[in-house]
Amino acid sequence: MNKAAFLTDATICIGCKACEVACKEWNEVPDDGMIWTGFSYDNTQALGASTWRHVMFLEQPAVAGPQQVDMEDPFRWIFLSDVCKHCGNAGCLEACPTGAIVRTDVGSVLVQSDVCNGCGYCVVSCPFGVVDKRHPDGRAFKCTFCYDRQSAGMIPACAKACPTQSIRFGELEELREAGVARVADLQHRGYTDAQVYDPLETSVGGTHAMFVILGQPEAYNLPPAPQVPTIYLKSAWTSALISALALVAIVFLAFLL
Amino acid sequence: MAATDIPGGPGRPKASEERLDAIRKEASATGKVVTGAGQAQANAPIPGAEDYYNLPLLKPPTWTWEVPLYFFIGGIAGVSAVIAFVSSIFHADPGMVRVALWIAFVGTFLCPGLLISDLGRPLRFLNMLRVFKWRSAMSMGSWILSAFGGAAFLAMAANEIIIYGIQSPLLPPVRWIGEFLGAVTGLLLASYTGVLIGATAIPVWHEHRRLLPGHFLASGLGGSAALLEFFGFLVPATQILGLAAAGIETLIGFTLELRHGRVEAPLHHGKSGWTMRIAGTLEGPVSLFVRILWRDSAHGRLAAAGCFLVGALCSRYAWIWAGRASAHDPQAVFESQRVVATDGKTAH
Repeated sequence: MNKAAFLTDATICIGCKACEVACKEWNEVPDDGMIWTGFSYDNTQALGASTWRHVMFLEQPAVAGPQQVDMEDPFRWIFLSDVCKHCGNAGCLEACPTGAIVRTDVGSVLVQSDVCNGCGYCVVSCPFGVVDKRHPDGRAFKCTFCYDRQSAGMIPACAKACPTQSIRFGELEELREAGVARVADLQHRGYTDAQVYDPLETSVGGTHAMFVILGQPEAYNLPPAPQVPTIYLKSAWTSALISALALVAIVFLAFLL
Repeated sequence: MAATDIPGGPGRPKASEERLDAIRKEASATGKVVTGAGQAQANAPIPGAEDYYNLPLLKPPTWTWEVPLYFFIGGIAGVSAVIAFVSSIFHADPGMVRVALWIAFVGTFLCPGLLISDLGRPLRFLNMLRVFKWRSAMSMGSWILSAFGGAAFLAMAANEIIIYGIQSPLLPPVRWIGEFLGAVTGLLLASYTGVLIGATAIPVWHEHRRLLPGHFLASGLGGSAALLEFFGFLVPATQILGLAAAGIETLIGFTLELRHGRVEAPLHHGKSGWTMRIAGTLEGPVSLFVRILWRDSAHGRLAAAGCFLVGALCSRYAWIWAGRASAHDPQAVFESQRVVATDGKTAH
């Protein structure tokens, strides 16, 4: 079965935010606040319950790839459209106590709004800080990977609207290869710090939304080694069991003495 | 479009390279020119390679005041069921068994109420029992709380019927089963909350996942003993339990003071840090020393019990606030992941 994926390329993005707008329009996502941050042209700040695509604006005192002039005072402006990663092992999905969050047939992670009761456990279980509770609605929301459009044979709204094909939509393994090829090409052309962000080596097990970035993931607020929080369960429950046995012993002793 | 339609109105110069040059000259003549590299300005919000404008990477917990209060009450109710079961085995004061069973039972009313009130869609609370997921501590907690409610009701009801004077050979075994199941589920109820916040993406929580269940259990133990003392059971058993709990909390308080990395910052600084310290001192050393120094005085014991209850309650709020502060600090996330990376393997 084909698994759907995004490959979002920071080296092609022009920061037009058409993806943000298209996503809002298609999915009827409400207003997420009108705030002027002064952080370059990024007034969106972060993904959230009502922000499913977020274009970042990085201003870095670094050389942009094969740049030859202004080497003493280098400057580069990078844009990247962030999105829900649709993790291979998704923290939100594992945490959801109602079964509202499910894995779809295209491999994406979907919050079923008609089941979610807004307990908020997915919010603290997402290692990327994507899903959030929407106020005053009360339920959790995030990118749906335009599951409705995909079911109707269309590509997600953001990818459709992207004027530069910075957002590519396609089959997971094909795009994974495309990302590696793109980075090889960029490296060859002098963008020595180009890399693919796709945490395959961690417990997250790769994502369905990969990125081609320049520089380190930290600069994009992407965690360098994201972990699915279920890996902490074993040690935490073991500790709970030992503590519980100790407590029983203490209570027995208290009544024996 | 005619030239006069250009923004700025008729009579103003056209927007053009010439106009821009004129503006530049004007600015340079009046001294309103910023020279030097724009991106190197002091305090300019230029992100370095280390984070993105220092904006939060994670989402802070959305839980409101109900959840830490639930942690506190659930812990006391759960351990009360354990005390009821054990004291019942040793044929301790039936009055104390009765009160402990009632504390557990009242907890089973308060806890779901608090949790449902915290939900974004309270009317959908039954969806919590829609699935059973080992891998979700929240799902396990819902089932634990439900089971605990049934057991606590069974034990309390059987006990009350026996006290009322109805004789039946069935009643004592039913009460025993209720007490036993209440003790087992009560232990889970008082400890799973530590697993619940320990198995999340919040650095200050998951880095303390081994400490939290015991910490919360000890809080429940001391809280339960303190409550029984306030109900008048100033017996040796509650004194020993109070001492043990305060002693454990003192050790945990010291342990928390030992590590001072970026991940632990919310435990030492700001609102969460100070609440954590004051709460930890109250339920730890203060409660312990008051209990030791005035061990023969009823007032001394009640003072120690009061200190412990206030400390245990405030410490639950401090842990939630610490989680919020931790989620707001992207560097804490990076640091916790660097630790994993240098270990060479993940915590599987």
